[in-house]
Amino acid sequence: MSYNIFLNEEQIDGAADGPLSEMTIAIKDNISTEGVATTCGSNMLASYVPPYDATVVSKIKDAGATIVGKVNMDEFGMGGTTETSAFGPTKNPVDPERVPGGSSGGSAAAVAAGKADLAIGSDTGGSVRNPAAFCGVVGIKPTYGLVSRYGLIAYANSLEQIGPLANSVEDAARLLDVISGQDPHDGTTRSQGDNSAYADAADGDVSGMTIGVIRELFDGADKRVVETVEQSIEALESQGAETIDVSLASLEHAVQAYYVIAMSEASSNLARFDGVRYGLSGGYDGNWNETFADAREEGFGDEVKRRILLGTYALSAGYHDKYYKKAQDARAWVRQDFDNAFSDVDVLASPTMPVLPPKLGESLSDPLQLYLMDANTVPVNLANLPAISVPAGEADGLPVGLQLIGPQFGEESIIRAASAVEN
Amino acid sequence: MSDSPVDADAVRHVADLARVNLDEEDVETFTEQFGDILSYFDALDEVPSIDREAELVNVMRPDEVTDGLSQDEALQNATETEDGFFKGPNVS
Repeated sequence: MSYNIFLNEEQIDGAADGPLSEMTIAIKDNISTEGVATTCGSNMLASYVPPYDATVVSKIKDAGATIVGKVNMDEFGMGGTTETSAFGPTKNPVDPERVPGGSSGGSAAAVAAGKADLAIGSDTGGSVRNPAAFCGVVGIKPTYGLVSRYGLIAYANSLEQIGPLANSVEDAARLLDVISGQDPHDGTTRSQGDNSAYADAADGDVSGMTIGVIRELFDGADKRVVETVEQSIEALESQGAETIDVSLASLEHAVQAYYVIAMSEASSNLARFDGVRYGLSGGYDGNWNETFADAREEGFGDEVKRRILLGTYALSAGYHDKYYKKAQDARAWVRQDFDNAFSDVDVLASPTMPVLPPKLGESLSDPLQLYLMDANTVPVNLANLPAISVPAGEADGLPVGLQLIGPQFGEESIIRAASAVEN
Repeated sequence: MSDSPVDADAVRHVADLARVNLDEEDVETFTEQFGDILSYFDALDEVPSIDREAELVNVMRPDEVTDGLSQDEALQNATETEDGFFKGPNVS
């Protein structure tokens, strides 16, 4: 069975010895690999070959892992199903009629199908946690600033982080130990991840821990998802954790705020693709505005065009205050709500995805419905927090993910709680 | 939708600003979808003004010369180059 996971299976060997020697790893195709094509799932970059390694790739090679290939993704990370890839959708190894989630769908599918022990994804609004949940693997979105974004082809800089995927919480934490830490090439990185020992936190001990259950994020979810997630939270209670209900009023506006900010940043970031220095050329006839517009018409798919245009609109004169400024207010509100919640609890819990993995082709026609699927994951990016998706069980034979959210740089807490879910 | 915040001309205008050519079919689809999406974004009006007390610190480093890409490496992904430069279309 081919799941269309890999865009490129060129093997890149790591150092002879290191904490990840003996491990294989798949890398999302928006993360630069020196001398190996990096397409972002886009025709725009179909023949782009980076002249340098992303910081995370250098660290993974130094740690001794073997990179087994570059894996499929929604074009430029814009999507939640891996169906917006210019190179065809990836199938979910659990059920090949269904999507693997996205945008790091190839990363999650590679781990789920046993094609790699570990994978690297990137998470702008849920793009690591969503496919982890849909494929039944573990995925971590680190605190903003924990992992270097140098060499990650940018979509929305203020929201995105590179994160690990694996079959177990401990393996994901081991990979996080390798990739975290300050990087002179990324001025937004902080020192909290230097000399980390996240894997040691995967001790399965939740006794005395307080878990806040975010009621708003259960309300709109599929009943089968709610039941499965509630059972896994009850299992944590039986291991000595205390749970309390938490309500965050700002979350009602999180999806709106997220999409306005992400699209605005995308419209600016993707302005660099003019086909002159790299990427698909629009030719040399006519003036530069015409040839750039030709290159971008041909190189970008529908979802990328949609987000660039809506972002341009949200930032244009007369609309900036109505959309972008209000979205920044909402972002600050979400952050405040989380800060307040963490004065009472150690971690927060919700379903990772409000639905079971959709069938291929089922959800692409209505972009707004797809955006709403991100309701549970985007608040974390708006608040710069760490979160993990860990398999909670199955419903109708399909994987369901439990999301655990921690305070800023509270990676140990979510790793500890998630490892207890595996007990 | 009669109260849609965007019409086809508005979509053509932002596409022009963003340097993305659209065919008429795209304009029609996007006009309808943008109406739905922007109407949904309108709920941001209900968000209260928030005192944004971000605790930001400057991150500084010494301004030292380090190795960068060679000229050949920087040019290797360009479709056309000339005499060690990127070759672009006419400016006007």
